[in-house]
Amino acid sequence: MIATIRALAYLIASILFILSLRGLSNQETAQRGNRMGVIGMLIAVVITALALLVPVDFAAIPTPEWSLVGVLGGALAVGCLIGAVLAARVAMTSMPELVAMLHSFVGAAAVIVGVATYLQPADAYEAGRSAHLVEIYVGVLVGAVTFSGSIIAFGKLRGMIGSRPLLLPGRHIINLIVLTACVTLAYVFVHAEVPWPDAGAGLFDAGMPALLIMTGLALLLGIHMVMAIGGGDMPVVVSLLNSYSGWAAAAAGFMLSNDLLIVTGALVGSSGAILSYIMCKAMNRSIWNVMLGGFGAEAGAKPAPGAAPAGKVTETNVNEVADWLLAARHVVIVPGYGMAVAQAQHAVKDISSLLIEKGVTCRYAIHPVAGRLPGHMNVLLAEANVSYDIVKEMDEINPEMPETEVVMVIGANDIVNPSAETDTSSPIYGMPVLQVWKAGKVVMLKRGMSAGYAGVDNPLVYNDNTAMLFGDARSSVQKLLAALRERSA
Amino acid sequence: MKVGIPKEIYPHECRVAATPDTVEKMVKLGLEVIVEAGAGDASTFADAAYIEAGARIVDSNAVFAEADIVLKVRQPMARAGGAHEADLLKAGSILISFIWPAQNKPLVDRLAARKINVFAMDAVPRITRAQKLDALSAMANIAGYRAVVEAAHHFGRFFSGQVTAAGRVKPAQVLVLGAGVAGLAAIAAAKGLGAVVKAFDTRPVVREQVESLGAQFIEFKFDEAGEGAGGYAKQMSDAYLAAEQALIAKHAAASDIIISTALIPGKPAPVLITPGAVTAMAQGSVIVDMAAEQGGNCPLTERDKVVEKSGVTLVGLTDLPSRMARQSSELYATTVLNLLKEMYTAEKGLVIDLKDEVQRGAVILKDGELLWPAPAPAAPPKPAPGPAPKAAAGNHGAAAAPANVKKSSGSANIVAGLAAILLGAAAIFGPPEFIQHLTVFLLACVVGWHVIWNVTPALHTPLMSVTNAISGIIVIGGMLALYSSGPGALILGGIAVLIAAINVAGGFLVTQRMLKMFRK
Repeated sequence: MIATIRALAYLIASILFILSLRGLSNQETAQRGNRMGVIGMLIAVVITALALLVPVDFAAIPTPEWSLVGVLGGALAVGCLIGAVLAARVAMTSMPELVAMLHSFVGAAAVIVGVATYLQPADAYEAGRSAHLVEIYVGVLVGAVTFSGSIIAFGKLRGMIGSRPLLLPGRHIINLIVLTACVTLAYVFVHAEVPWPDAGAGLFDAGMPALLIMTGLALLLGIHMVMAIGGGDMPVVVSLLNSYSGWAAAAAGFMLSNDLLIVTGALVGSSGAILSYIMCKAMNRSIWNVMLGGFGAEAGAKPAPGAAPAGKVTETNVNEVADWLLAARHVVIVPGYGMAVAQAQHAVKDISSLLIEKGVTCRYAIHPVAGRLPGHMNVLLAEANVSYDIVKEMDEINPEMPETEVVMVIGANDIVNPSAETDTSSPIYGMPVLQVWKAGKVVMLKRGMSAGYAGVDNPLVYNDNTAMLFGDARSSVQKLLAALRERSA
Repeated sequence: MKVGIPKEIYPHECRVAATPDTVEKMVKLGLEVIVEAGAGDASTFADAAYIEAGARIVDSNAVFAEADIVLKVRQPMARAGGAHEADLLKAGSILISFIWPAQNKPLVDRLAARKINVFAMDAVPRITRAQKLDALSAMANIAGYRAVVEAAHHFGRFFSGQVTAAGRVKPAQVLVLGAGVAGLAAIAAAKGLGAVVKAFDTRPVVREQVESLGAQFIEFKFDEAGEGAGGYAKQMSDAYLAAEQALIAKHAAASDIIISTALIPGKPAPVLITPGAVTAMAQGSVIVDMAAEQGGNCPLTERDKVVEKSGVTLVGLTDLPSRMARQSSELYATTVLNLLKEMYTAEKGLVIDLKDEVQRGAVILKDGELLWPAPAPAAPPKPAPGPAPKAAAGNHGAAAAPANVKKSSGSANIVAGLAAILLGAAAIFGPPEFIQHLTVFLLACVVGWHVIWNVTPALHTPLMSVTNAISGIIVIGGMLALYSSGPGALILGGIAVLIAAINVAGGFLVTQRMLKMFRK
């Protein structure tokens, strides 16, 4: 009876999760989608809790174990409270860190659930013992890699760990050795003495040492993999970890024979995989290249930008830029990570509103990998109340560049680098970029002449029609806004 | 090199092939520009403006005699009681203008005899790269707009509905036949004046464009699709035409104004509005037949005239773009300049490259040799399922890009192969329960795959946070662990539930926060 209700509830929850993701297909239905997800989650948690409290059927309601109920309620309450505080406090510019942190939690939970499952006496699994053990093993492995990888990603995004890739000599061999060790340990683990069917294994009985050693190795693997990836590739890594966290949840579903976990895990896993794929496409690189390539490295070894093909750089000031902007009919603003770092999105929004008020067609061009998270720039602009109608994707805006009089690039570099199209020797050659150089005038707001995250020199800055506006993005933008207001008052 | 801009001699032709603006750009390219005195008068560009832009004003004979490149609007024709323009052109010079080679065979022969290099603005291929030199579309756009203005002029009522103290006025009902560039421009103009607009086209693919302009699309179901090569309409069977006429007659009776734009390249215009349909229209209705030059969509139309038949005004004007000469000259001159820029650069000078798709399409004569028509353009491509592989930018790119594509599909095959082997192994050795779970898992992957591809890129960050939240479903695993009887269950399960709950609450709430910010 209870089992049937539970199965039905899980089915409803799965469908609600699918509808929730579908709701995100456009802005109008997105909020409803999110609410569906909440409802699905509530159903799943409440039903699971009830099923646990009322184990067999309604005939003999046992006295609930109050200590368990207390722990469960307490953990849920505290967890939700922490989550709510995090969600309310996080600045939109820090979204990447929050997302990475949340991934690590899923990984950690998967590890713990795996270990706990191994520890319980489970005669029900007698039939498929090895399969069950493999499920546990895989779940813990994926969970551990997700956990440590996400922690490192969090550190890198926070700036606590340098964004330059850490490339140990022979790093592929190290990875290979660790993986081989994990597979060997899997054999040991599966063939270890059965901890069942007596009262459960102790912490160091049977296969437990093998499981724990593997967990340690997997944690190292996660750290090593993410350490080797540069800051500019973070969107891919974050989506990949998103995917891992889904697979970890799915693996937990396998070991617990729980279809809801399997379905949800698979949904999240595919979602992350697709996002990683889209991000890789946007950089014209394969996923292996991102994961193994140590991309920033070769570029880092190249001579510093100072020695690179120097040209004449035209510097400008806010007054000139204000005049250009007001004289133009079409203006495109290209925001990059620099805008996020400088928290300049609100001032930028004021500029675009003012221009639109003055009859200038002003739009935003978003490169798929701008920022440190897929869709990062869209969220920042939305936060600043920019209408999503004027926020365009790369493919939409590129054909219109030649008709655009002024392009304003704010804190972006690699995504507007023309050598991606022209210079076969460039590390970013072949990556689709925003073709801002086709516009009449390009204004680049930059802190200085440093190269972008890919460490590649950008010939755009030497173009005749490029003018540089040096300084912190936020103060530059604010000064520009003041200049515009003065002129249009 | 000298570029010559003669004055157009066709009666009532007010356009000119270069404006002071484009002259200035040509001068910047390093060209010398000579303009016939009074060339821009009819389109309100004074000689003085050309001089200021860097041109020299010359008389009508010098402009042909001196120029290496002649830019015109209408094809060359005989002057009133004088020489033929084609004979005035310098031998071996370049002519860019409308030519209509299919209709003007003798002219083409005449130009060939003079060894002229002729590029026809009406033969520019309809490809994406050539959009900025698509003079036909530019003119059709203006004509469509003007057609509505002409209709309004002859129509004795308001376009928009109004409620006045003197009574209620119903909005005008406008029917647009053919939703090409002209038709769409007419729809937009009529909507702008406040009319209720319906549009008809045999090509079902234009429905979206029609509806995006706020007009109602009249659907016509018949077992033949109307789209031919290059995005133009094609000719249909008789039964098809009869059914089409019947449908239009039905809608015509309820319309106050019909703007008809249906043309088939190189063929007489199809008869869409039968005389019967005209009589059925209310007194005071207006038909603007933009196909009048090709025989008209209505047999009652008279070319270049405005006539009244059974109380309906039929406008057969063929010079609609010329009636907005300043606007059409500006746009036409820009398209001509863009074609010129395809062949002439400041660094390399003039290079005629017939391997180039645009130049190959537009060229009629090269050194007097007939190269028209160009090999037929490919059929309109089906919308690609995904972003097409990036076209190689410049010539260098060609080698690198396809190699990458091949590699990634190779590794995809390897992955698929491995997956198949694993699945096979699982099916043979795995317990039934595992297979059942695997089925659920794979199905969910497929569902996820389809659902996620629909997510708009702007919402990728919310997508991530919501998937974060729902992957917090692992809280259930924590709960199950909590209730197990294994050692340390309470602690391990408690921790798992705690951190998973952070995920659930944090993920959903932050998603909600972000989504609230997205607004139109």
